Amino acid sequence: MTWWILRRLGQMLIVLFGVVSLAFLLVYAVPADPASTLAGPNASAATIASIHAQLGLDNPLWQQYLGFIGRLLTGDLGTSYVLRETPVFGRIVAALPTTLLVAVGGIIWQIILGVPAGIYAAYRRGSWVDRLVTFLSLIGLSAPPFWLGLLLIYYFAFSWGLFPLNGLGSPVFWYLVLPTFTLGAGGGAWYARMTRTNMIETLDSPFVRMARAKGMPEHVILWRHSFRHIAIPLLTMIGLDFGYFLGGVVIVETVFGLNGIGRLAFDAISNLDTPMIVGTVLFAAIFIVVVNFIVDLLYSVIDPRVRLNS
Amino acid sequence: MSSVLLEVDDLEVTFRRSAGPGRKAASVPAVRGVSFQLEAGTTLGIAGESGSGKSTIARTLMGINKPSGGSMRLNGSDVGALRGRELAEYRQTMQMIFQDPYDSLDPRMKVSETLLEAIKLRKNKPASPLGEVYQLLERVGLSKSFASRRPRELSGGQRQRVSIARALCVDPRLILCDEAVSALDVSVRAQVLNLLKDLQEDLGLAYLFISHDLSTLRFMADYVGIMYLGKIVELGTRDEIFERPQHPYTRALLSAVPEPVVVDRTVRLPRVRLTGEPPSSTNPPTGCSFHPRCPLAQEVCRTTAPARRVTSSGQLAACHFAEPELVVAEA
Amino acid sequence: MSDVIPAAAAVDPFALGDKPVRSREVFRSLKKDPAALVSIIVLIALALIALAAPLLSPHDPLQTYPDIGLGPQGQPLPPGTPGFLLGTDALGRDVLSRLIYGAQVSLVIGIVANGLATAFGVLVGIVAGYFGGVVEAILMRITDVVISFPILLLCTALIAVTTRSTFNVIIVIALIYWTTLARIIRSMVVSLKEREFVVASQTLGLSHRSIMWRHILPHLVPAIIVYTTLGVASSILIESALSFLGIGVPIPSPSWGQMISDGSTYFQIAPWMLFIPGICLILTVMAFNLVGDWLSDMLNSTTPTAR
Repeated sequence: MTWWILRRLGQMLIVLFGVVSLAFLLVYAVPADPASTLAGPNASAATIASIHAQLGLDNPLWQQYLGFIGRLLTGDLGTSYVLRETPVFGRIVAALPTTLLVAVGGIIWQIILGVPAGIYAAYRRGSWVDRLVTFLSLIGLSAPPFWLGLLLIYYFAFSWGLFPLNGLGSPVFWYLVLPTFTLGAGGGAWYARMTRTNMIETLDSPFVRMARAKGMPEHVILWRHSFRHIAIPLLTMIGLDFGYFLGGVVIVETVFGLNGIGRLAFDAISNLDTPMIVGTVLFAAIFIVVVNFIVDLLYSVIDPRVRLNS
Repeated sequence: MSSVLLEVDDLEVTFRRSAGPGRKAASVPAVRGVSFQLEAGTTLGIAGESGSGKSTIARTLMGINKPSGGSMRLNGSDVGALRGRELAEYRQTMQMIFQDPYDSLDPRMKVSETLLEAIKLRKNKPASPLGEVYQLLERVGLSKSFASRRPRELSGGQRQRVSIARALCVDPRLILCDEAVSALDVSVRAQVLNLLKDLQEDLGLAYLFISHDLSTLRFMADYVGIMYLGKIVELGTRDEIFERPQHPYTRALLSAVPEPVVVDRTVRLPRVRLTGEPPSSTNPPTGCSFHPRCPLAQEVCRTTAPARRVTSSGQLAACHFAEPELVVAEA
Repeated sequence: MSDVIPAAAAVDPFALGDKPVRSREVFRSLKKDPAALVSIIVLIALALIALAAPLLSPHDPLQTYPDIGLGPQGQPLPPGTPGFLLGTDALGRDVLSRLIYGAQVSLVIGIVANGLATAFGVLVGIVAGYFGGVVEAILMRITDVVISFPILLLCTALIAVTTRSTFNVIIVIALIYWTTLARIIRSMVVSLKEREFVVASQTLGLSHRSIMWRHILPHLVPAIIVYTTLGVASSILIESALSFLGIGVPIPSPSWGQMISDGSTYFQIAPWMLFIPGICLILTVMAFNLVGDWLSDMLNSTTPTAR
């Protein structure tokens, strides 16, 4: 067990290292010069040169890279090029609560929209409810999230004035309804689909037939026996989604004008703000990789078959 | 005639199992010091329970598994030292027929495609490949019309015949049959075994015949080796093994064979009943591997592994008590 | 992008059989699935419209009509205006013509990007799964890195590195999408290479390349077909998201995502600029998803209807 964890941790570090290096190289390969972006269109050559020297952009690539990795190892993500005097880490921490709120809300919507519908559709397979759930989840999977968000804004905020248009204000909950729904709708469709498939498999399994033959009440079969079987894949999906969402939900943050990690990263790239790009990328990747690891670990604890196969 | 075709000396194969959650890394010795010789045109049968390592021997000879020790010599040349073209030629000298007739032919390919692909790999390419396909089909007792069929249109016995034809495509001298007839119905099994025998006579093939079924071996094999936990515990001619078994494990296996296959022996042997499961090959018992299940086990069996030696009746056996006057306690 | 959902993950690759499917079975299963039949018709119609765009579109999609295409206050014209069946956009361009040419862009990007991704993903998956060992470790770690990399940032950075062009959007989508397929294909190949017919070809002395090409790839075809179909849907969605963020196909090109993006600025005065391309996009993506689902049902070896 210990060995397995250590090996997985080693793989995780390799992946994180790869992600960071890739981010660094990508930014370096950009032909545009961050110094001229910083100095503005009318800057003199001397100004640009001094910014170069200040940021260490004159050093060869490998030197910049080593310096960067060295600082990273001491936990220093550096200072943003664009927002001077602002440590990258501080900016990320400041943006995290917004993303966290949206992510948690999105997950809650996914569960509310997806799980009961999926279970009921599986239970009443072939009924009109099942067909409706299948149809709606297909739409949910096919609609671009930003389009859905704009549509919600148009009706619920603009035409009917039920919710605020964008941004965050007080009460926060009110401002979060539309963005979290936008985030959760696609995922909810997805959860409904997966829950339905898993539930059908469970309801067809010998132990459910056995329970029915023994005359066990349907609600006990449905909730106590079957739900337990779909809970594991469901938890996996929730865990993975949470990891991905925390890395930033760029589309939703853009549509609803929220200053989360996704926007931070997106703006950093548009501004060629290398320390900020690498910081946000690393941050997002850490969430993804760590959540993957935890899910793997949980899986092998819950499901002994994984142990035999891996 | 005694031209040795295949000589396996002290072969060892160890599998490494990597660590996972809830388990440690382990090395599993699947084959532990196996030696035997196979003469051209003869059949060596290898029997043993599942997990005894008999399939691993075949897979190692075919290069699917890597040996961790010992040597394999084919026609006198060390297989481990072969590279490139020589290795390819060596591989073709030996072919294999697999257990599962439903999985050993590519379901997407017609019989003719499967055979043509193999014929093209032969050193001396025939003038008419398609003619060769028909000849091979005839050789294994199938009509020309089978060439255009796909595996799912064939019965298990027919598939196994196609597998044999495919093996013959590259002119092998030795064919490894790994449980090749175990999945077949008894009546079909006899037909395929007869086909193999006929091919042996016509082409002078040698077989390494692996089976858990002793009656099949009694029919097919000239020599028989009995495997237990990665070792050959008894090795001799068919008659020696079946008429005068020396190792208590061999006796136990023979006792387990349902009548009437082995009742016609001259000396009536006491029955040995085998109890318990074979021990884990990850962690074989000390001394003689068989001692926890052996009715004859003494203190010496727990401490010292018995060497393989010639017994009074002629065969090789690895047992401290392998003597003709062996007294067997009724189990 | 973390908020774009890959529909492909719903399919169990191991349930997809490797038996050949005959045309008779295809028609039979289509008859049982009218939604798939309609989807196929929709997609064929869409392809024809895209091909015949110059003949069908009433106007040049790039032509602005500042005089006849805009209202008195310079506002876009609503659908139903004579001469502009589906209205005009903020620059006075014909929405219908842009929609027709947009079908071209969306389909070309969806299909080409996904074709490249499939080719690359299958190649990586087969090589990693077949050879195992160090090769597999290296390839799969690279895959892990790309999967763990926030997709949108990767796109943005890649597009920033080069310039904004349709070609680059295609490459970027392909670079994102190959990873999922590579993982699926690898796991399939790992189990395929233990099959006895593959081992038998190895013992015959067939070259690795022949084995991969003749004995492994054909067995992956059903899975590749299903994942590619579903992948086109995902690719079209990703393109629209990129356009929305301002890093999709270059500006005057009438991509649907670009049209929605334009519409988002004016939706308070011209909601049709948002609705019309959005509905086209949804219907197209739905059609690809439905066809993908139907294919995976038909090719699924575990359901009795497929036999």
